[in-house]
Amino acid sequence: MITKETVQYVADLARLSFDETSIEKFTKDMEQIIGFADKLGELDTEGVNPTAHSVPVYNVFREDEVKESFPRNEILKNAPEKDSEYFVVPKVVE
Amino acid sequence: MSDLFQCSVREISEKLKKKEISSVELTQKSLEQIHKTEPQAEAFLTVCEEQALAQAKKADEVLAAGTAQSILTGIPMAVKDNICTKGIRTTCASRMLEHFIPPYDAAVMEKLNGANAVMVGKVNLDEFAMGSSTENSYFKKTKNPHDLTRVPGGSSGGSAASVGFHEVFYSLGSDTGGSIRQPAAYCGVVGLKPTYGLVSRYGLVAFASSLDQIGPLANNVEDCAFVLETIAGKDPRDATSVDSRKADFSSGLGKGVKGLRIGIPKEYFGSSLNPEIKEKVLNAVKALEKEGAEIVDISLKELDYALPAYYIISSAEASSNLARYDGVKYGYRAQEFDSLIDMYRKSRTEGFGDEVKRRIMLGTYVLSSGYYDAYYKKAQQVRTLIQQSFVSRFEQVDAIITPTVPNEAFRIGEKTDNPTQMYLEDIYTVSINIAGLPAMSVPCGKTSSNMPVGMQIIGKHFDEKTILNVGYTYEQIRGTF
Repeated sequence: MITKETVQYVADLARLSFDETSIEKFTKDMEQIIGFADKLGELDTEGVNPTAHSVPVYNVFREDEVKESFPRNEILKNAPEKDSEYFVVPKVVE
Repeated sequence: MSDLFQCSVREISEKLKKKEISSVELTQKSLEQIHKTEPQAEAFLTVCEEQALAQAKKADEVLAAGTAQSILTGIPMAVKDNICTKGIRTTCASRMLEHFIPPYDAAVMEKLNGANAVMVGKVNLDEFAMGSSTENSYFKKTKNPHDLTRVPGGSSGGSAASVGFHEVFYSLGSDTGGSIRQPAAYCGVVGLKPTYGLVSRYGLVAFASSLDQIGPLANNVEDCAFVLETIAGKDPRDATSVDSRKADFSSGLGKGVKGLRIGIPKEYFGSSLNPEIKEKVLNAVKALEKEGAEIVDISLKELDYALPAYYIISSAEASSNLARYDGVKYGYRAQEFDSLIDMYRKSRTEGFGDEVKRRIMLGTYVLSSGYYDAYYKKAQQVRTLIQQSFVSRFEQVDAIITPTVPNEAFRIGEKTDNPTQMYLEDIYTVSINIAGLPAMSVPCGKTSSNMPVGMQIIGKHFDEKTILNVGYTYEQIRGTF
């Protein structure tokens, strides 16, 4: 059972917020989707190893070489707020 | 529409090499077609006229010098707007990335640029590739080329529609649970999802990293093969890309299907399948049997579990991948907030659309403490079972044929109220991503309402060659419809 409180809690974890009307809708949607996911419970998976990746690739290493990275001004171009050297965010320490 | 746009890649490449037409002229025609068609089609998010003509000019130089290395040289194409293009905005059809201009090219773009392909623009998708109709785009609703009141499918709806409306010769899409094959089926074009690891994901904006693959959409099977062999290959910047044998997918396509064993899984032809689609796909199977293929009845009984497993795994990965959108380094930032946390929260709440939020919420929920074992771990165990089931079936058969989607393209707005109803459109495609297999949708007829039907040809890991050969053989014998 998905409650409004659960949705509120998950929204906090995900850094999202919902107003009163949308939280009703999301609770309903989540309830429906989770109900649909509960079908997996029918399947016996005792002792089955979980698969995270479909193609077995392990420990892909590369040489630790110094390479040129992007110039700072290129990267700052997409920043919503910046000064000449930094990303600017709201003050976090008084 | 000019007849030129009915040409295959092979035909148009011949014309370019023989100087019957220049790449600049061809690109201008593609741009004209776009300007004429777009008011109805709405497939493109960005048309890059200037860059395209510059690329075409360069292609003409290469063609004139006789040094063209690729069959794709000088041919106009479109790219899904979740694939990074240096200096050209890449939005993921999201408000979040409305003004994002990548400082680099995706690996597939480097390869296509190296082949002197001509990109005329970036095409629409469901926001962050999450959806099955392209209705989740923040910007516009793309139409189906066969009926403007219907959806083109999704999430690569713009990729399929731009080919279907003959605005370009081919396009790139991405496929996490069916996002190339399902729109290809709806729009009557060919769409191929390669084996996981065949094509580098470097520069593809991540949705679900263990499932995402980039692949081609085109008018015919051979064109898809040409594009695939151009974009395939190991890339150190994508640690999951693997060294495949020499990427030669277009040669030997005419060798036929004699003696090839094709599996037909009964679960994929059940009662939820539209009877007209069932008939068309089984007719195609019969046609292949006449060509000498051996048809084998098989069972893939995990079908019903693939969809929930897919939605748990893909949403879990999405919730983690999309955590990077915080309004700091790039992307949308809310105007008003009272703290750093509040800025994150408001930027994400205002920047993402509802479907993306649903997936992030579902993913966060199934990964949260107390639910992890019941959902995420369980889904990964089911993933193992699905994969094993395919591997053991592939000991009996060389390829598997199913319908691509259970229904014809639905009407715009018809399924937007019910997310799980929409998810059911992916029922036949998601298990292929879960198992990491290659699969292709090939048109195999039309329904009584004149909408295209697609059949899905599934192959063994890295055996794109076999499915391309089956699709190609079928194309030669299917006639017109």
